[in-house]
Amino acid sequence: MKPAAFEYFAPRSVEEATALLAQHGSDGRVLAGGQSLVPAMNFRLARPAVLVDINGIDRLAGVREEGDRIIVGTLTRHVVFEKPVTDGPLAKLLPTIAHNIAHLPIRIRGTFGGSIAHADPAAEWCALAVALGAEIVVRSTGGSRTVAAGDWFRSIFTTDLRDGEMVTEVRLPRLGDDWRCGFVEFNRRAGDFALVAAVAALRIEGGLIREARLALGGVVDKPVRAEAAESLLLGQTPGDPVFRAAAEAARGSLEPFGDIHADAEYKSELVAVMARRALERAVAA
Amino acid sequence: MTWVGRPLPRSEDRALLSGCGWFTADAAGDARAVAFVRSPVARGRILNIERPEGATVVTTAELAGVAGIRPLLHRPDYVAVTQPILADGAVTFAGQPIAAAIAETREEAEDVAEQVFVDIEPEDAVVDLDRALAPGAPLVHAHAAGNLLVEGKIETKGFAEALAGAAATVEIDVRSHRQNATPIEARGGLAAFDRRTGRVTLTCSTQMPHMLRTGIADCLGMPERELRVVAPDVGGGFGQKMALIPEYVFLVWAARLYGGSVAWIEDRRENLTASFHSRDQRHIVRGAFAADGRLLAVEADIRCNVGAYSCYPVTCGVEPLMAMAEFPGPYDVREYKVRSRGVTTNTCPMAPYRGVSRPAITLSMERLMDCAAARLGIEAAEIRRRNLVTDFPYKTATGITYDEGSYRQSLELAEETVNLAAFRERQKAEWARGRYLGIGFAVFNERSGYGTPAFAARSMDITPGYERVEIAMDPSGHVELRIGASPHGQGLQQALRQLVADVLGITPDTIHVIHGDTDATPYGWGTFASRSMVISGGACKLAAEKLATKLRAASATLLQADPARITLAGGEARAEGGGHVGIAEVARAAYHKSHRFGNHEDSGLMAFATYDPPGTYSNACHAALVEVDVETGGVRIERFIAVEDAGLLVNPMIADGQVHGGIAQGIANALLEEIVYDPAGNILTASLADFLPPTASEVPPIEIRHLETITDASITKAKGLGEGGAIGAPAAVINAISDALRPLGVELFEMPATPRRIRAAIRSATGKTAA
Repeated sequence: MKPAAFEYFAPRSVEEATALLAQHGSDGRVLAGGQSLVPAMNFRLARPAVLVDINGIDRLAGVREEGDRIIVGTLTRHVVFEKPVTDGPLAKLLPTIAHNIAHLPIRIRGTFGGSIAHADPAAEWCALAVALGAEIVVRSTGGSRTVAAGDWFRSIFTTDLRDGEMVTEVRLPRLGDDWRCGFVEFNRRAGDFALVAAVAALRIEGGLIREARLALGGVVDKPVRAEAAESLLLGQTPGDPVFRAAAEAARGSLEPFGDIHADAEYKSELVAVMARRALERAVAA
Repeated sequence: MTWVGRPLPRSEDRALLSGCGWFTADAAGDARAVAFVRSPVARGRILNIERPEGATVVTTAELAGVAGIRPLLHRPDYVAVTQPILADGAVTFAGQPIAAAIAETREEAEDVAEQVFVDIEPEDAVVDLDRALAPGAPLVHAHAAGNLLVEGKIETKGFAEALAGAAATVEIDVRSHRQNATPIEARGGLAAFDRRTGRVTLTCSTQMPHMLRTGIADCLGMPERELRVVAPDVGGGFGQKMALIPEYVFLVWAARLYGGSVAWIEDRRENLTASFHSRDQRHIVRGAFAADGRLLAVEADIRCNVGAYSCYPVTCGVEPLMAMAEFPGPYDVREYKVRSRGVTTNTCPMAPYRGVSRPAITLSMERLMDCAAARLGIEAAEIRRRNLVTDFPYKTATGITYDEGSYRQSLELAEETVNLAAFRERQKAEWARGRYLGIGFAVFNERSGYGTPAFAARSMDITPGYERVEIAMDPSGHVELRIGASPHGQGLQQALRQLVADVLGITPDTIHVIHGDTDATPYGWGTFASRSMVISGGACKLAAEKLATKLRAASATLLQADPARITLAGGEARAEGGGHVGIAEVARAAYHKSHRFGNHEDSGLMAFATYDPPGTYSNACHAALVEVDVETGGVRIERFIAVEDAGLLVNPMIADGQVHGGIAQGIANALLEEIVYDPAGNILTASLADFLPPTASEVPPIEIRHLETITDASITKAKGLGEGGAIGAPAAVINAISDALRPLGVELFEMPATPRRIRAAIRSATGKTAA
């Protein structure tokens, strides 16, 4: 379990990094926290010829608020989110999610942008990005572009990222106090990737659900929103009957992949249970 | 006051905890690295091997004259198989070494290995236990009919009659899935050729250095004196490191051929794929009960998937024959019928793993007890109480003798500790609120510290069992103990120091234990089978007593007193009625003023002793309290209680550590760890992302209560307890889950009880999908 040979560069600026990525095209890979890429390289499942290590580019790390958005620098470590980085409903949701990501040593090293770029279908941040409609900002020598989370995730470990590009930041919407958010996941052991993870966000006004976001991770080849469930929730009073109906709708709308830990039938059950519990947690919070 | 019985910190921890441990990979330094080319398929014929130009790649063609590994049992039903060091024309399991790449670094060796092109014509693989036994199944080894490598049968005289007279018979079909022992340090070896002496030193992660030396020397046709085997710090073994492996034979061969140093440090993928597996068993069990719950007879059809080859020296008989001999466990069962088979398949070979077959047979017996209790309307604890052995010594239906134990007391103490009656009240209330709590008991005994008679009864060609210890006091009054046992994390060194300190009247910190080096220790069998405290400890005690006699004699000369009236205590030799001399002073005199003692034939202060006991049974009762999330199939262990009786505890802290570690592995066995193959024999759990050892989050606080039954079967009064935690925990947890799910009519007979399996069982019992 030693990696195949590769060239290594440690640029000090985004410009330098994108120049290297432009030069090496499809041979180049960005190394951020390395918590997924390095094991994959050691298994020789990933064999990048060139690694562009962005850990020395300090300005890529950090969270700031800009108007109604939260700007997460790509190199921001998971552990940063264990404490509130913003106010409103996300002040509680983000730490809850962060604590479910792997184990402390991995959270200290692994990065938000790395998770988004790696696009594991069960990754917590990916489900969050889809739920909240995050925007992913990528840069290349040709400039930058912004991709909506819903368009970003293509399939397992596959995104809209093109050769020569790197993720520089992820923009999350700030949510008003009329939003309620819940997160839940089920896994074999604490810290494992979820068998199924669910993120729910509901805007409740006058006792009725006015907007609903329900995203599920670990079910199919990318994190997805359960749109059938979302539309069923609109205009309803939050509570057990409608949550159960929405959970059923989520189950009905997804055909899960099975694996050795969860066959499709069992995973389908988890979709319903996790969806319902995420909704319950949202209104309990 | 004695040193024995005190929970002193382990002498070896300081180095281990401060980063000063010295493991095989530390020793490997800049030796040339070996990477093995391993079979990508479970079964096939090798048509051709193409090697990259200019690289060093060894195949079986270069190994002419090297014998394969061929373990033997002298039983008529045993079929011997030979494992070649590198695959010879065919591959028999995915992961089998085919060729070895040697390069300057492991990275480069892996680069070379992946450029070796092996052309294999795949053949239909036999993977699953039941499929291997099915009529017409392909044969893994052409000469092993029915894929059987070993088969044992026993039927007691009155079995049929007892069965006919039963008020109730309970039949269960129990499946234990395959596990890997997963030591934190995987295997690895450094073979270094010494140009001056022509000898090779193999430094490797092993539990049995002497046995390994014999095995390797036999394969290579070399005298043992030309090979030194050293076990440095070893990061856990659990049985996986008590077998001869082809990789080590290759390393020694290569070091001799190239006249240099070569190292192979196993990675986790190799360890999970190609080290050893265990516990892949199915038991079809029938229990015949009287109306009052007494177990009149047991019938067991035991099937063990032993993989592609037999492990050396204990052979593939270790699981099936142990299961056959020890199946009834702590229960008084007079009539017994068993058929036990070791079944070969195209999978990684089986080797002993902590508890060997006992976790699975305990699961079967304890499930049987719970099922019978439910059928007969008797409380789970009560039906056990009615069946546990209470009179000792007890001779089992298979002819084994149990020494004194506290089977019933352990159960009663566990019941009292959990407050069973109160728990049943709470359980009922929680059921009514839709929460599913359950309790599970597992009572078991653990055969430990057994010497050659027990191994001889298994008809092993190589019959392990005794241990020898050499003890010497140096001129400064400190002691060196040279032992044939090979501790690898258990804390044996500290326990032996406390034991010997009491005999010699000195402090443990003046005693040094030398182990794990064939140049520096007497021939011994290493550390496994909960044997070292009993057997090596017994030999230490005997050797120390001989040394004490010499010390008393020398002291008597110095004090002009009667040797029979000298006691050794507090670092002094004290004569009854006055006069004392420091033991260090006596030691100095024994070496440097030996003329004063007039004993030129036996000068100095040395002794040795051998101990070869019949064996002693420790026992325990585990109780697990769990909550099952019936929607997800998740299990949370709320409490875990272990009432353990291992006789006299030499160091209670070390004993607790052994119990904790074993229970953690037992919980993993019950809930998490499983090696999974696809039907073609490809392993699907080749990394720790899919094979799931427990983390601290999955292991609850463990409450231990000790009982101390003093036995005559062990001269130190200590019984072995190294395996017990792993033996009882699986059954306790599975029973607890089944108990929790009683209102849903769910019974579990499979481990690990994964969330997927628990949900499937609930679905099938209730006909309802979770939502």
